[in-house]
Amino acid sequence: MYKLILPTRYFLKRRITYLAVVAVALCVFIVVVVMTVMNGLVSEFKGKNHDFVGDCIVSTESLVGFAYYEDFLKQLEKQEFVQAATPVVKGFGLLTQPGTGRNIGVEIMGIEPAGFCEATKFAQTLYYHKENPSDAFTPTYNPTLAGCVVGIDMISRSRDRSGKYYHSSEPMRIELMVTCFPLTAKGALAKAATDLVNSKTIYYSDDSHTGLVKVDARMVYLPFELAGELFGMAGATPRASAIHIKFADGTSLKTGVGRVAKMWKVFAAARANQKYANLLKNVTVQSWPDYRRSSIAPMEKEQMMLILLFGMLGIITVFIIFVVFYMIISHKTKDIGTLKSVGVSRAVIVQLFLTFAALVGLVGAGIGAGAGCGFLVKINDMEDWLFERFGWQLWDRTVYAIGEIPNDIKWEVLAVIMATAVLAALAGAFLPSVRASGQRPVEVLQVNQL
Amino acid sequence: MSEMLKASGLFKSYKMGQTKIEVLKCLDFSVRAGQFVAIVGASGSGKSTLLHILGALDEPDAGSVQFEGKRLDKFRAGELNRFRNKMVGFVFQFYHLLDELNVLENVMLPAMAQSSTIGWLRRRIGAKKHAKSLLERFGLADRIGHKPYQLSGGERQRVAIARALMNKPALLLADEPTGNLDSETGNGILGVLEELNNDGQTIVMVTHDDRIAQRAHNVIRLADGKIV
Ligand SMILES: Nc1ncnc2c1ncn2[C@@H]1O[C@H](COP(=O)(O)OP(=O)(O)OP(=O)(O)O)[C@@H](O)[C@H]1O
Ligand SMILES: [Mg+2]
Repeated sequence: MYKLILPTRYFLKRRITYLAVVAVALCVFIVVVVMTVMNGLVSEFKGKNHDFVGDCIVSTESLVGFAYYEDFLKQLEKQEFVQAATPVVKGFGLLTQPGTGRNIGVEIMGIEPAGFCEATKFAQTLYYHKENPSDAFTPTYNPTLAGCVVGIDMISRSRDRSGKYYHSSEPMRIELMVTCFPLTAKGALAKAATDLVNSKTIYYSDDSHTGLVKVDARMVYLPFELAGELFGMAGATPRASAIHIKFADGTSLKTGVGRVAKMWKVFAAARANQKYANLLKNVTVQSWPDYRRSSIAPMEKEQMMLILLFGMLGIITVFIIFVVFYMIISHKTKDIGTLKSVGVSRAVIVQLFLTFAALVGLVGAGIGAGAGCGFLVKINDMEDWLFERFGWQLWDRTVYAIGEIPNDIKWEVLAVIMATAVLAALAGAFLPSVRASGQRPVEVLQVNQL
Repeated sequence: MSEMLKASGLFKSYKMGQTKIEVLKCLDFSVRAGQFVAIVGASGSGKSTLLHILGALDEPDAGSVQFEGKRLDKFRAGELNRFRNKMVGFVFQFYHLLDELNVLENVMLPAMAQSSTIGWLRRRIGAKKHAKSLLERFGLADRIGHKPYQLSGGERQRVAIARALMNKPALLLADEPTGNLDSETGNGILGVLEELNNDGQTIVMVTHDDRIAQRAHNVIRLADGKIV
């Protein structure tokens, strides 16, 4: 009975145990909040990359592109594990705004808006054509003009402090000129001296906000056919730079990519003797994380660094909890001597202190986790309040492409954090109580208390 | 009468850096069942040290202690715990009560320690009665709900004695049981101890007060690590 009485009394009657509870709670709180926000930021970033490109990408890095993509598309569309597949033309160009002297080098993506919106989340990134993305290239102010979608950061727009971009109710009429070097299938410039380039006047019809800074600052989206012409990829044997694929629900990324890769191998082998077979050699089949590796890898490196730093913080946290318990139990070694002198066994003494530690650990972890969850639920409200009251923002939304602070609590992470805290408490209680209970009663009783 | 407790050739020393304090030097000692023995000696002569060794709370450097013919140093951990719990009751010079438990719980501690949780639920009422009667005997009936720090030194001492008697041990070892009491209360406690002894309780008591020692059957004097 004292096995329960004594730990409960230690728990309730000693002020230092309240401090221990607070220490455990604070540690759990901090770890829960930081982990959640950090994981949220990384997975949000990854999610944006995923949204941008779809599940699987069959692509070549060559600016020439690859031929016969239409045949492969037809094969893909027959597969029940493929929900959508769409061709994309990619290249580089020069974008000028006549009359303003502004000109910048840009990346160009030629897309079929309807198909591209099925394979990716492109539609969500639009502003004026969210509901009717197939008309993304139709300027509302004059539907007969050739339209283009530009990355949102390319047209000088400012964001308000909540991170929202200013938009007028109708897109402004902006005339732009895009200039590209068309290439032949062999990679040579398609045109002769004076007329080296293809130019086309296009009109701003919408902007795209992917949340990926590099994309939003440099990408111009054009209709697939137009981009093909500009890059010299259209013609009798049209070429494309990539096929973006979305898998049907229930198809895992790995199996989906594996199957596409297998199909591609067979497909390319079957065309080994055709005229543009050499272009097929450079085509790779990649999952979205692989395809966007150059963009995701630095972020993951950063995450690794953070996890490392955070691991250290975690170790310190565990150590602090350990030390707190070590000190509490060291304070109570005299009791261990007394208990031993009335014949309480070593195992029971250790059990008493483990019960005590579990009590403190559980209550502390519970409070910390509860407070952490509460804090996370309210974190955006609190940030809003701070902003309204003091004009202070954790992340300046005019600079960072963050909407809300991520606060999606992962229950398994929460459970691991709490379990670790309780284990640290148990370890902190275990060592001194095992040590003290193994000594002779008099030895323990003579120990100077801390 | 047979020897209940027999110590032979006890050595005990403490090392303090370079110097070695030899406290017990080849000490022999024995108690027969039913005896009331008083150990006297100057402060620092090793009385507490000896009593701790007799109660298996400490170990001698050499020599052995036998309880009813069995050597304590041969006991396994479980037997040692049973010995400390049932065979001896120990009253510490500095009481060593648990601050988190009240007076009644402190007295019942040896009874709790020997039972499982279920067993304790069954024995609880009897144990409580016994603990209360002990406390009554020591004039603490109205203090059972208090915490040790709310008691005076003498009151704590009496709680410690009650705890030592809780499991009706064969041998009561008391280190200065009247050390902190005024002579009247001290006499009262001694009266209780004598009463217990008359009922057959074997008692070994340490005291530095010769007048108190006179009330025991045997007085043993410790000096220079030996009995003189
Ligand atoms: N843990 C220890 N370390 C070092 N020396 C010790 C230790 N315990 C006791 N001593 C020494 O051993 C000697 C005997 O101590 P002990 O407590 O047995 O004396 P005592 O006869 O009970 O004295 P008192 O009447 O003052 O209680 C003392 O000199 C003391 O300083
Ligand atoms: Mg002493």
